[in-house]
Amino acid sequence: MTAYSSVLDLIGNTPLVDITALSPNPDARILIKLEGQNPGGSVKDRIALSMIEQAESDGRLSPGQTLIEPTSGNTGIGMAMVCKLKGYRLTVVLPSNVSPERRQLLEVWGAEIIESPGAEGSNGAVKMARGLAADHPEWAFLYQYANPANPQAHYRGTGPEIWRDCPEITHFVAGLGTSGTLLGCGRYLKEQNPDVKIWAIEPPAGEMVDGLRNLDDGYIPPIFVDGGGAELLDGKRIVRPRESIEWTRRLTDVGIFAGISSGAAVAGAAKCAESIERGTIVVVSADGGWKYLSTGAWTDDLDVVEKRAQEIIYF
Amino acid sequence: MSVTVHLPTVLRAHAGGAKDVTADGTTVGEVLTSLAAEYPGLSGQVINGDGTLHKFVNVYVNDDDVRYMSALDTPVTDSDEVSILPAVAGGATDLPGTRPA
Repeated sequence: MTAYSSVLDLIGNTPLVDITALSPNPDARILIKLEGQNPGGSVKDRIALSMIEQAESDGRLSPGQTLIEPTSGNTGIGMAMVCKLKGYRLTVVLPSNVSPERRQLLEVWGAEIIESPGAEGSNGAVKMARGLAADHPEWAFLYQYANPANPQAHYRGTGPEIWRDCPEITHFVAGLGTSGTLLGCGRYLKEQNPDVKIWAIEPPAGEMVDGLRNLDDGYIPPIFVDGGGAELLDGKRIVRPRESIEWTRRLTDVGIFAGISSGAAVAGAAKCAESIERGTIVVVSADGGWKYLSTGAWTDDLDVVEKRAQEIIYF
Repeated sequence: MSVTVHLPTVLRAHAGGAKDVTADGTTVGEVLTSLAAEYPGLSGQVINGDGTLHKFVNVYVNDDDVRYMSALDTPVTDSDEVSILPAVAGGATDLPGTRPA
């Protein structure tokens, strides 16, 4: 076992675990990549480090500088951890309706939190952060939704790790948030084997965001457009909160305690398994279950948890 | 052929506040066109003047995004459910070649 010089060296190289026992089709293998094993607890550690180190090498960050970022939690947590170790200050714009554990973890790492209206979801956080960044040109605004270092972290890290560990992959399934994971891994995997299919899973976010006044308030991450996301994806599917929670619970049958978005992703992988004759599906679990204990996702009545999940942002 | 269409909060005012409506058609495009005929307020909201989907609208048949199937030509049958959702941060898509706001 190696002794690491910094926690930051622990980011990436996450394990891939066979969970075919949960597959509805025994000829469709399902393997899950456990991003909750990253030191900050989620896949977002990768982009936090990538965006900050890219900004350092571009000269956009100087020692002690303040960064601002809109986040529903995980990116902020990863960035706050990296900022603490590297000596930056971080202000996050966080929708008010994220789980309390996400907020607490941001506080653990010393981030300053500015709340955006929960009813506006991540859209509201993005809008507010853009406004604050414009008012404070002295702050560094790395902006995960538009920063090429986000998909690049997956093109250089997550994608090659999957190919190294599972070259027989036929389908890649991941949640669509900023789209960074899907773009970076998807592009890398298709370069190795153009037949690999890329499936995006999303929550019915547009249903849960009540604060949208009209359709022109819609938002598409610039990295998705610039990265040719529409051409890269082979399918995109909604998984609703109830099914997400059911699959989050089912994951514990194979010893995996993962977040609610992982349940959604695995529900999508199961759908994928049903739709193919045979193949090998790799699905990404973005984080562990710890930050969602307060939702009662594993222990409370399913109807109650479903209602609760509709009121928080878990992707 | 009559299918159920789920409307997002932002469009319900144009359909008398209804959350679910029914519309006729054998493809997604036909369903959306007959929906706009029934509720003129929806006209131009989901399908652009040039017959393409509004850039900030995602349409799903049984939860699969039609942009990754046959878009407006995606076939529907009686038992299908069509959902219309706005594209928001954290659950986004785009038409090829368009720019975000």
